[in-house]
Amino acid sequence: MCDQTFLVNVFGSCDKCFKQRALRPVFKKSQQLSYCSTCTEIMATEGLHENETLASLKSEAESLKGKLEEERAKLHDVELHQVAERVEALGQFVMKTRRTLKGHGNKVLCMDWCKDKRRIVSSSQEHAVTMPCTWVMACAYAPSGCAIACGGLDNKCSVYPLTFDKNENMAAKKKSVAMHTNYLSACSFTNSDMQILTASGDGTCALWDVESGQLLQSFHGHGADVLCLDLAPSETGNTFVSGGCDKKAMVWDMRSGQCVQAFETHESDINSVRYYPSGDAFASGSDDATCRLYDLRADREVAIYSKESIIFGASSVDFSLSGRLLFAGYNDYTINVWDVLKGSRVSILFGHENRVSTLRVSPDGTAFCSGSWDHTLRVRGMVFRFPVCERREDG
Amino acid sequence: MAAGPAPPPGRPRAQMPHLRKMERVVVSMQDPDQGVKMRSQRLLVTVIPHAVTGSDVVQWLAQKFCVSEEEALHLGTVLVQHGYIYPLRDPRSLMLRPDETPYRFQTPYFWTSTLWPAAELDYAIYLAKKNIRKRGTLVDYEKDCYDRLHKKINHAWDLVLMQAREQLRAAKQRRKGDRLVIACQEQTYWLVNRPPPGAPNVLEQGPGRGSCAASRVLMTKGADFYKREIEYFRKALGRTRVKSSVCLEAYLSFCGQRGPHDPLVSGCLPSNPWISDNDAYWVMNAPTVAAPTKLRVERWGFSFRELLEDPMGRAHFMDFLGKEFSGENLSFWEACEELRYGTQAQVPTLVDAVYEQFLAPGAARWVNIDSRTMEQTLERLRQPHRYVLDDAQLHIYMLMKKDSYPRFLKSDMYKGLLAEAGIPLETKRRVFPFTWRPRHSSPSPALLPTPVEPTAACGPGGGDGVA
Repeated sequence: MCDQTFLVNVFGSCDKCFKQRALRPVFKKSQQLSYCSTCTEIMATEGLHENETLASLKSEAESLKGKLEEERAKLHDVELHQVAERVEALGQFVMKTRRTLKGHGNKVLCMDWCKDKRRIVSSSQEHAVTMPCTWVMACAYAPSGCAIACGGLDNKCSVYPLTFDKNENMAAKKKSVAMHTNYLSACSFTNSDMQILTASGDGTCALWDVESGQLLQSFHGHGADVLCLDLAPSETGNTFVSGGCDKKAMVWDMRSGQCVQAFETHESDINSVRYYPSGDAFASGSDDATCRLYDLRADREVAIYSKESIIFGASSVDFSLSGRLLFAGYNDYTINVWDVLKGSRVSILFGHENRVSTLRVSPDGTAFCSGSWDHTLRVRGMVFRFPVCERREDG
Repeated sequence: MAAGPAPPPGRPRAQMPHLRKMERVVVSMQDPDQGVKMRSQRLLVTVIPHAVTGSDVVQWLAQKFCVSEEEALHLGTVLVQHGYIYPLRDPRSLMLRPDETPYRFQTPYFWTSTLWPAAELDYAIYLAKKNIRKRGTLVDYEKDCYDRLHKKINHAWDLVLMQAREQLRAAKQRRKGDRLVIACQEQTYWLVNRPPPGAPNVLEQGPGRGSCAASRVLMTKGADFYKREIEYFRKALGRTRVKSSVCLEAYLSFCGQRGPHDPLVSGCLPSNPWISDNDAYWVMNAPTVAAPTKLRVERWGFSFRELLEDPMGRAHFMDFLGKEFSGENLSFWEACEELRYGTQAQVPTLVDAVYEQFLAPGAARWVNIDSRTMEQTLERLRQPHRYVLDDAQLHIYMLMKKDSYPRFLKSDMYKGLLAEAGIPLETKRRVFPFTWRPRHSSPSPALLPTPVEPTAACGPGGGDGVA
């Protein structure tokens, strides 16, 4: 396995030795420099003490990783579906689309519910020519319902106070809060309107003060683009989980900026993460066509939600209020509904005509809304549920 | 931009796992024993071997994956849309018809994963061939593309025409059946890579994800990286873990307890506003109501967090604490929350205010924190930041949770609330709505005046429909 992958961008003067060489970008303490290959090698071996070599550090890291896997496995005495055998099955659901929202002129990329349970904010790719800066990939409603935040390929997260005064230009009141060095993939307000948590394609997450735009804390550790985040519904702690293109889901302490737990079992990019309502676990949806449940106390993956017939990646996941149902939107235009405890799929929902890009359950759990590249949003509710009867798997 | 919207530079094929999976499926569909039943298809005077019908494809998928026909049709459609299965008749639209319509499996040469990104030159040659072979076969959008390409790669146009003629000549040497098949295969390939206007572009990827070279932080895995990893692993090894059986049992009890409160699982009374278009449920469960429903009052007993998160629950709890002369605890906790989630600029002011009101010796609402925590907190207050009161806040929170909260649940006040709270009657959905009721937008929170602090003082008894 190669430690370094060379991507030659320029030919010029090396920032360290000043010789004319083929250069590649390196990051030293968050600063980007251009080094030649020799200086890169030297930098890689910097910071070693006597008796340490790069190889010995690497093998130590790997053996510790192996030990961690062993420890995790020791306490794994039962599978979720075994424990769930005595739980009554859910039967068959009839979920109907009750609202189809057609205001967008282009792909819907993201949506969020207002705490009033009825309103949503959604963002899309701007109409007309595909200009990179017009993809708005993330949006969020403020807890008070008086502002929204959004951002995307402009690398920023901006907050717009909501105004219904026709004389006021909403764009004029826009406040640029977050600045990343690559696209914004996700954003969320914390418990108040005054702080925003962002995730970006530059591999970091960050916490910002809305009023001043000040960076309060940054979170480094992902090895590639961070695609999603979710705040923990914990009563005392300040933690959140993020998922990225490095196939890792990482749990962070907001106060210290440290990663407290990491999980790496997915086989492809993690598009979406969402906490289980109790806060003891979270689910993730990935391009490997599976959704997985990770328990924070057991410190491991405890369930995989997958089916041979599901080939496309899951773009967005959310739990129902009790955590019994997991809704997942996929890139093959469908939504699959999973029984979290039994691990089986209870329903598949058609209707969208292009990939489902975003999905959220309403704050009071009465409905869920899905947004799609087919320019629409659909709000669906449960009409009724058939009692359980003997039937063959799925259907 | 020429030749229609070319797919924006996306991830390399290796990172599109769904293509590999689709390929595995079509390969198993072509298995001589286990695969879809193959037959020879007669098209006018030509006989094409190894054809399958749409309905056979659907049946096979339904059986193989144990899914409904609807889902099998969807899966089959996806395979067709990605060009892995093509229709022999009318190859203009990539659709799967679950009937006798004949289809064939695309040759690996033209698989979406093998050849993409499709070159403009190849597309030009293809269109030129079509144009030469039979004038007027180019559809409108193809004519546009052809003209645009002609302008764009004008310098290579002689090459394009020459290649086109050569390919047509070579094709004439083949049997009619093969010619037909190759034409269909090629047409399908281009329908996938250059979709007609209005058709979904299945190759379209979202932006980002390493499309910009600089975003791919190719970290030099040097000493720093491994040292961080080692530190993380050491810490992780020291962490206490809980047995899986304990954790998983917790899910069962959580889901079991919350099930009746989950509208998507158990429905809700009087009715789900989205289904019945009647918002009585929302009115009854507004943040502050005169009479909270039984389910809501029950939830206050599930956990301390649940109680505090509900403004009504919190108000009642504050009342209860007042009776026990420990209301300052909850007020202190609320002030700490305000500090933690407040504006950065306000931090020093808020810290001062909290100190004056709750922590200073002789303060008006002095909170009873253990001496060690108090000492440490007072020490830290010299350099205030938003987390400076975390320890004190946690201490008070745990005090309320372990002491006051259980007493609240056993109190006459709570029991009274539970007894008074009603279960709404179910409103049956009208099956035949004779009048169409216009839908009105609810007032936006941004327009409402700031809500007044909810008080717990409310009379008994019901609104409409409460039993």
